Amino acid sequence: MKIRVQGVARSFRVEGREAPALLPIDLDVAAREVICLLGPSGCGKSTLLNIVAGFLQPTAGRVLVDDAPVTGPGADRGVVFQEYVLFPWLTVQGNVEFGLVLKGLAAGERRDIARRYLELVGLGPHAEKYPVQLSGGMKQRVAIARALANSPSIILMDEPFGALDAQTREVLQEELSRIQRVEHKTILFVTHSIREAVYLADRVVVLTKAPGRIKDVFAIKLPEVRDRFATEFTRYESEITRVVKEEVAQVHQ
Amino acid sequence: MKGVRALALVAVLLSWAVVTYGNARLEVVNPVLLPTPTDVAKVFADSVRDGTLVRHILTSLVRVAEGFGIAAVLAVGLGLLAAMCGPLRLMLEPVIEFVRPIPPLAFLPMFLVWFGLGEASKVAFIAYTTFFPMFVGIAASVLRVDVMLLRAAASLGAQRVDLIRRVVLPAAFPGIIVALRVGFGLALFVIVGAEFMGADAGLGHLIMEGRTFFNPAQIVMGALVLGLLGSLVNALLVAAERRALRWRTAQSA
Repeated sequence: MKIRVQGVARSFRVEGREAPALLPIDLDVAAREVICLLGPSGCGKSTLLNIVAGFLQPTAGRVLVDDAPVTGPGADRGVVFQEYVLFPWLTVQGNVEFGLVLKGLAAGERRDIARRYLELVGLGPHAEKYPVQLSGGMKQRVAIARALANSPSIILMDEPFGALDAQTREVLQEELSRIQRVEHKTILFVTHSIREAVYLADRVVVLTKAPGRIKDVFAIKLPEVRDRFATEFTRYESEITRVVKEEVAQVHQ
Repeated sequence: MKGVRALALVAVLLSWAVVTYGNARLEVVNPVLLPTPTDVAKVFADSVRDGTLVRHILTSLVRVAEGFGIAAVLAVGLGLLAAMCGPLRLMLEPVIEFVRPIPPLAFLPMFLVWFGLGEASKVAFIAYTTFFPMFVGIAASVLRVDVMLLRAAASLGAQRVDLIRRVVLPAAFPGIIVALRVGFGLALFVIVGAEFMGADAGLGHLIMEGRTFFNPAQIVMGALVLGLLGSLVNALLVAAERRALRWRTAQSA
């Protein structure tokens, strides 16, 4: 197993009391698998992602990556954030080269790798621009190229397309799916869009309302290149919708 | 806009001319007390010719540069340290809040007692005066660095030293520059006070000499030179800031 989440739980201190955010979670992710974490807002799906990334420590349990426990963030796990989080003082190229600079690669080599990934996300002509000059969709492409260029085996994505308009969102889902067919990463993808999850995932993990635990897991047995209007696709969509709705309804009670 | 600004300046100069030339003709008060532009220009020309003005300017500037330089290095170093080390910050905060409201000039005699009438007392006084506002400004801008930028860098493999060098410093840079600019302005401000007391050269001394030898034109000339010097240095710093912060103002092409 590439990633093993073993009894991971997390609580936060709220007004002097420990409030659980995530109840013990067990989840095994195989190499090259795409897992979408789905659940109502505040259910702890981002918390789980942050624990796997090493940004947060679990209050119980542990995460193993390639059988070694996670103790902090590392270059083996690339992260793509909802708000892009590009380095505003670096050009597009500089952002994509960031991890390569840390690895001590020579300038020429860095440039070639960065160019390759910028081409992959369709941003070749924008390499010299600064983030402030880019649209949201372009910024997220840079963030994806930055994560990929560092060649992590795992990519963690925290609602990466959540801040984008519907059209851009679908285009980027299609690009991510195309890139994954080339790059074969292990991907943990947090979203609250069921369509997005069915479009991208090998397995969709549905969490309950807060404090989150795993409610249901759906293996999506659809072809690699997916058609959002296929009967099978919409069948998965409605099946998962039914399960998610139960949780959302409870949140509103 | 530029036109309005220039017009306002011309109006001020014109009023000065009208009042002083008018007074010179009508002798409402002793004309020596209200030096005309001609008087000031004459003092200026004389002191340029015999080289005293250049000597005074250089003396003041060297003191400012040394005092400011020492304070800037300390403020950047300690500002970074305080912002990143919580306990140190907790200890420094009350000390600084206690010292800061004391007008720096109140301590000037102390510096003369400690360091004598030579260069050391002026340099130390400027360093003392400019350190606190710079330190506070720099620590605040380091504290404001977005934690998400640190997470993004850490997930690309950044270690502690990389984080400081490649994320904290560039992210805090705009705030650091502003703090340094404020500090430099303040240094030019207080050097005059320091040179009023026991100096044998410098623009403050030049002005005080104007008082001792009852030469108001020399006082006005010294003040004008200080004003010009201040705006010149400020313009240089603003230009440097613009250049260094291109990424904030880059326009979409």
